[in-house]
Amino acid sequence: MTLDEVLASLFPSGHAVERGRSGMLHGSGKVDGQGDVTIVGIAGGTPLGVDGAILLADRVLAAVEAGGRAPIVVLVDTASQNMARRDELLGLNEYLAHLAKSLALAAACGHRTASILYGPAAAGAFIAAALSSRSLVALPGAQPSVMDLPSISRVTKLPLEDLKKLAKTTPIFAPGVEPLFAIGAVTEIWAASEPLALRLSALLGKPAADGDARDRIGLERKGRLLAQKIAERVAAEAAANAGK
Amino acid sequence: MTNPAQTQAANLSNQSQLPDADWYEAYARDRVAGLLDPDTFVEFIGPEQRVMSPHLAQFDLTGAFDDGVVVGRGRLDGQKVFIAAQQGWFLGGAFGEVHGAKVLGLLRAARDSAGKDGPRAVLLLLDTGGVRLQEANAGELAISEIIGAILEVRNAGVPVLALVGGRAGAFGGGGIITACCSRIIVSKHARVSVTGPEVIETNKGVEEFDSKDRALVWRVCGARTRYLTGGADRYVKGTIKDFREAAIALIPHAPPFELATLKAEQKRLADRLQQFGDCRDATEIWRKAGLSEPERIADIADDAFLAIARPKGADHDAR
Repeated sequence: MTLDEVLASLFPSGHAVERGRSGMLHGSGKVDGQGDVTIVGIAGGTPLGVDGAILLADRVLAAVEAGGRAPIVVLVDTASQNMARRDELLGLNEYLAHLAKSLALAAACGHRTASILYGPAAAGAFIAAALSSRSLVALPGAQPSVMDLPSISRVTKLPLEDLKKLAKTTPIFAPGVEPLFAIGAVTEIWAASEPLALRLSALLGKPAADGDARDRIGLERKGRLLAQKIAERVAAEAAANAGK
Repeated sequence: MTNPAQTQAANLSNQSQLPDADWYEAYARDRVAGLLDPDTFVEFIGPEQRVMSPHLAQFDLTGAFDDGVVVGRGRLDGQKVFIAAQQGWFLGGAFGEVHGAKVLGLLRAARDSAGKDGPRAVLLLLDTGGVRLQEANAGELAISEIIGAILEVRNAGVPVLALVGGRAGAFGGGGIITACCSRIIVSKHARVSVTGPEVIETNKGVEEFDSKDRALVWRVCGARTRYLTGGADRYVKGTIKDFREAAIALIPHAPPFELATLKAEQKRLADRLQQFGDCRDATEIWRKAGLSEPERIADIADDAFLAIARPKGADHDAR
């Protein structure tokens, strides 16, 4: 889906979104039952670098500072983090972390946060722009990934054909919406044939899960069988040792 | 199958010498033992439980009984702390499903016991290349979960400290995790970054980033650049004891996780782009920042480096 199609189908009651520097989007939209929601985003497959991350975080923090509990929708069509010497020299890790922190703070302050992925998002950009909201929705065209299979093939020294076969048996490493849904990273998958505005209204109307439930969801979907149990075991051993 | 616990026990058998050991060379368990008060460490899900990654065999890789990370509790200067230490030598200290879940469980336990009988702080001894590609999706999601949990722990009033000075540095999601902590301690060898130099060179060409130019890599990703620009709070000389003393000193001075802190960080990071956004190398940053003899800063001894007055704004609570 194009950005215009995404905006039109998510916000048929109206939206005003400006396209700024570094592929950044910001504005607001109307959602039935929710009133005005804050829209931020990164469009056009733009890699997320220091310049984009600081602009996005600024808008998120402005929404927090404005008070209230208006939902924040993050539209995501990016690439990986911007792979450049300049970005690393300037401390890209701090900029991506700052964006993740801003979205976490917004959620902690009562804003419903949802990232809506309608293009690619990979690696550090996927973490900061997509996984840092309390919900992650995949629209048609969403291409989430950690790293592409040819690169995984290079690093693991396994032939690409073997990796493709292996990817059919486990969601644990392969790129794509389905495996990331199975492990609990993607909250919902919406089809183009659905009335997306209704889905958005329903999603934002539901209170966010109490705490991060992605490990439990991954277990329920049988995509990530160990994470939740291991985390619980550590917590149980810590509690048994409490006071010492 | 190797047992990391056994191979490590042979490494430094005299525990009393641990504090003087070099952080960079030490194994994770030795870093933990030397960092904490003697004989106070209790491990959670220790290697004897053999909780290993089930995903490595299909890649013909041998697992480790701790999946490359040690988590537990202990005391630091008499105060209860939780601690996690990554094994940089095992698959580059990378985050997989089990590895990540151990750190996540530790952070959740700290959050849930905050204000009751919980730890005074959580110490994360990062030594990681980021996501373990054999478990890429599980590792990536674990990193996101850990980021969220760190912020919940901080929100509950418990400081989380990042200690970085190992072989693998803190790359990829490990670099992002580092910058989510309340305080960051680095030693000379630390590299804190997102995309590794080799990956940038592969994608953008050698003229963008020559990953074989070690001096350049250190200037772009290294501890001195981070410390002088505010990306790290303390720069320590390399022994385990140096890290211990810095951690003890920083715990009482951790910034809270709140709007005022993030607004200050917004300004701090925007100012950095304004001031140094057109720089291509650390020496240009240092020259612009008004430091004397910028071309020598990468090469001088630690004592001389620590004698440099940091540029204005590098010492901050905006994290």
